[in-house]
Amino acid sequence: MPAEVLRQEYNVSADDFAAAGAASAAVKNTLKKLGFSPDFIRRTSIAMYEGEINMVIHGGGGVAEAEIAEDYVKITLTDHGPGIADINLAMQEGFSTASDTVRELGFGAGMGLPNIKKQSDDFSLTSEVGKGTVLTITIKS
Amino acid sequence: MKLDRVMEILDAKVYTDVAFDEIEINAACGADLMSDALAFGENKGLLLTGLNNPQCIRTAEMMDIHCVMLVRGKEPDEALVNLANEKSIVVMKTDYSMYSACGRLFEAGLPGGDV
Repeated sequence: MPAEVLRQEYNVSADDFAAAGAASAAVKNTLKKLGFSPDFIRRTSIAMYEGEINMVIHGGGGVAEAEIAEDYVKITLTDHGPGIADINLAMQEGFSTASDTVRELGFGAGMGLPNIKKQSDDFSLTSEVGKGTVLTITIKS
Repeated sequence: MKLDRVMEILDAKVYTDVAFDEIEINAACGADLMSDALAFGENKGLLLTGLNNPQCIRTAEMMDIHCVMLVRGKEPDEALVNLANEKSIVVMKTDYSMYSACGRLFEAGLPGGDV
């Protein structure tokens, strides 16, 4: 575990779908090296990866930040995409605005946001149509 | 169940260089949509999927899944295999359909995981 709070920042590009998940993989590696428990690492990785994929398929890319402390990880994902018109609707399992193209790529089941919330201890989603979305989650060890 | 037993049951072909003789899995899930797979509760598992792109490997990586089995005879491309080798995830292919592949493994005693 880090003695001081460690901060990492990654640019998430929407242009390269094959590379989506690279930021989550990097954070996962850091958590492994720091000796966090497998269950904590798994919850953090799944939640961040789902969020990172959302940034790629819906948000037009953005910035992923990880704040790693002794007993928690806080992930902030910021995009400047179209925003979410109805957050309550977006949180419902099975609801998705993903295109057929996105589904062909293996996403858009409408399970992402509920699963992120399930894996997280604190969950905050704010969005403004036409301006973008900020997802902040904290996973406590 | 050992991975070499899975390979035998599904008459599967291996594409990666990752050693798997000693890998034991405790559950499997079948999904073409990765968010469905990511809601799967078990780790140390096997993912059966028809999704033939590198995101099935990323998903397996996040979930600590040891092996990705492509169903319906889908041949993985080089990018998928390279990423899998880098992440030490075994990639196999079976000619069985999703339904038949899952059924054969279940019948042989490999359970599904809780969601």
